[in-house]
Amino acid sequence: MTDLLDEAARLRRGLSDDVGDRVVESLYTDAARIAGTSVDRDDARARLTVDRALDRVLTHRVWGFVAMGVLFFGVFWFTIAGAAVPSDLLYVLLVENGHAWLRGIFDAVGSPWWLTGLLVDGVYLATAWVVAVMLPPMAIFFPLFTLLEDFGYLPRVAFNLDRLFARSGAHGKQALTMMMGYGCNAAGVTATRIIDSRRERLIAIITNNFSICNGRWPTLILMGTIFVGAVVPPALAGFVAAGSVVAVVIVGIGVTLAVSWSLSRTVLRGESSVYSLELPPYRPPQIWRTLYTSIIDRTLKVLRRALVMAAPAGAVIWLIGNVHLGDASVAAHLVTALSPLGWVIGLNGVILLAYLVAVPANEIIIPTIVMLTLTLGANTLGAAPGVMLELGDDAQIGTVLVTAGGWTLLTAVNLMLFTLLHNPCSTTVLTIWHETRSVRWTTLATLLPLGLGFAVCALTAGVARLLGWA
Amino acid sequence: MAAPLPTPGVGPSPEQEPAGACASCALAPSSARLARLGLAPGRYDHVVALAGNPNTGKSTVFNALTGLRQHVGNWAGKTVARAEGGFSYGGTAYRIVDLPGTYSLLSTSTDEDVARDVLLFGRPDVVVVVVDATRLERNLPLVLQIRQITGRVVVALNLVDEARRHGITVDTRHLTRELGVPVVATAARRNEGLPELLAAIAQVATTDDPPKPLRLIHHDPALERAVADLAAQVEARFPGVPNSRWVALRLLEGDAGIEEAVRSGTLGELATPREAA
Amino acid sequence: MTLDELPRGQRAVVTALDLRGGERRRLMDLGLLPGAAIRADMTSPLGDPTAYEVRGALVVLRRGQARTVHVEAGCSGES
Ligand SMILES: Nc1nc2c(ncn2[C@@H]2O[C@H](COP(=O)(O)OP(=O)(O)OP(=O)(O)O)[C@@H](O)[C@H]2O)c(=O)[nH]1
Ligand SMILES: [Mg+2]
Repeated sequence: MTDLLDEAARLRRGLSDDVGDRVVESLYTDAARIAGTSVDRDDARARLTVDRALDRVLTHRVWGFVAMGVLFFGVFWFTIAGAAVPSDLLYVLLVENGHAWLRGIFDAVGSPWWLTGLLVDGVYLATAWVVAVMLPPMAIFFPLFTLLEDFGYLPRVAFNLDRLFARSGAHGKQALTMMMGYGCNAAGVTATRIIDSRRERLIAIITNNFSICNGRWPTLILMGTIFVGAVVPPALAGFVAAGSVVAVVIVGIGVTLAVSWSLSRTVLRGESSVYSLELPPYRPPQIWRTLYTSIIDRTLKVLRRALVMAAPAGAVIWLIGNVHLGDASVAAHLVTALSPLGWVIGLNGVILLAYLVAVPANEIIIPTIVMLTLTLGANTLGAAPGVMLELGDDAQIGTVLVTAGGWTLLTAVNLMLFTLLHNPCSTTVLTIWHETRSVRWTTLATLLPLGLGFAVCALTAGVARLLGWA
Repeated sequence: MAAPLPTPGVGPSPEQEPAGACASCALAPSSARLARLGLAPGRYDHVVALAGNPNTGKSTVFNALTGLRQHVGNWAGKTVARAEGGFSYGGTAYRIVDLPGTYSLLSTSTDEDVARDVLLFGRPDVVVVVVDATRLERNLPLVLQIRQITGRVVVALNLVDEARRHGITVDTRHLTRELGVPVVATAARRNEGLPELLAAIAQVATTDDPPKPLRLIHHDPALERAVADLAAQVEARFPGVPNSRWVALRLLEGDAGIEEAVRSGTLGELATPREAA
Repeated sequence: MTLDELPRGQRAVVTALDLRGGERRRLMDLGLLPGAAIRADMTSPLGDPTAYEVRGALVVLRRGQARTVHVEAGCSGES
């Protein structure tokens, strides 16, 4: 086989080295000729005036950023405000009534306590929680984001922010893959295929984790709502909650840029490659189709994944909460062991244990934390496990976390930061391996965010304690 | 979306319920013969590949034909992996592959590699090149490159609704003559032109005598000699390769993908006769 | 002059590219070849990059890349 290649190499030496260029040039010459004879432009308006006017605003020195802020803030605000009512409804329906009803059935047929516990208090409850926490915000967030995408806005964001990415040694299209990550990091990692150079692609892959994915939005939204939103008057709560979520997103962009910068000056040093972003024409989004597709496909697909992950996690939570070693449950032992580390980074042992249980998927963090807090808290309070599992709404979750879990504002803020900065979920790690085929880069992409998370949280905890805030 | 399912095609019964039932009204009369088969059918007679520059509406065409809901987005680079689906038309079952957008076959990025590998080594029976009617000049170089490797091409001149708004008209008859393959005006998002597109696909898929690939003409005598020389050797090595001159030129340019295909022998697969799977 | 010096709104014709290999190919893929008419359309709010209209599309180039594209200004007309 290689004789053919050798022959090609020999012949190539006899040619000038711009052969390829001339072939492309002749293609374009032909294309221009054919286009010239088949296209008729009535009035040679190259770009519609509407497009141009929109671009003048959306990429304006001042208004461009204002619009970006308003649009993204709007998306989160709508998500938070719109999700509150259906979320509460789902709590009542699935967590309160559904759980009690199912327990009733299990009791009626005389199922043994451990089976009822494992299936109803473990598997069912975790699953119900995930639905209640995830479904409403996702069903609102996905369509809104897709509308922006369909309209042609995302490349404009990349255009507006490019200078920051350029300064960090990142590829211009990394802004696009970052935004894809807001839906799902695994999708964001696959989207980096549009980046030509391996070096810049690796940077984009490693930093994609700093885009909050759908599995992590609910944690932020919940923390923002019940802790941050609660410190201001109720009228402002929604705005402040949305603002705190946006703040974490902005911190995420900052971390993306900082990590890109460090990587491109250390392990991934090199020239920046050609950047070829195209700005498409604005297109009126297909609202109904977008709503339908986002809800049917994305929301339900993501939800199905969450459920698949939540069911076994529920069993694990119940087991570690109810299997006793000596005088305490396995969970209690683990929490005690993790507590010192938790304290240092301004979190607590329950949260760290929840992160261990939720390694497969970020979606189940909140349910895991709440269920562990309740199980352990209930035991400490001397109440029977399962009794306090039924919570009505966000405010009650807050009460439980504060009273039974000993949470403070610092815990909530650090949990928000830790949500941003920890290892990618198992699916994303697999995707990273699949796309890079490198154990080394996959390991780095997994551990780097985690290390950062510990460092940043320890820092905020230290500062807060030093200043007497916590 | 929820229009009633028209008389199903006579094709093989779908393995999967078509996700979006069928044709909204724009497709009406002649497309009574289209049945969307959703995910790729188990048995199929022909393979259709959807190629084109980024953001020209390939995934939209794919969704319209298969009833699936492949993600579309208004930016270049939305699709980065291939997606497959099926439809049946006129009693024939087709498997259709949606590809990432690519500016040329002389690619450098991973998503473009995906597209190129299917076009070069996937041996599709029909390549539908989806082009943007408002940017024809930008889109034609890829059409020409694809025409250089195969004659089994249909050009879907998409986004004609946008072209109309911009005051641009394209003479499809003239374009058909220039390219030597059918050119069909479509607005995939509104299901305009899809019956004609299907007819053209069926015609190209079933013809025994597709147009010859475009011959590369180089005005540089040294290059011409080298191409002829190497092409002869490519043919000796892989008898029946559809366009040895194209392969030769790629090898002269040191195209890593083609070199790999030579080394691994994948190139030989181009030569084996097509068979209905 | 080079493309980065082209004032906003001004038209020009590409005369040469100072790049080699894959980078050159990328720009050529986007239609930036000698003879192509080009217009500086708008600049990013942070001052860089700039979007150019070429062959009916809006292509964004960073300043460093625009500097490798030689143009001849003052020519009006579409390609
Ligand atoms: N007006 C109009 N818009 C269209 C038409 N076809 C597609 N679009 C829109 O064009 C955009 C791109 O469509 P896609 O189908 O994602 O394009 P693609 O070629 O698959 O893009 P890549 O996967 O990025 O290569 C979307 O916003 C579509 O809604 C059409 O016929 N008319
Ligand atoms: Mg696509």
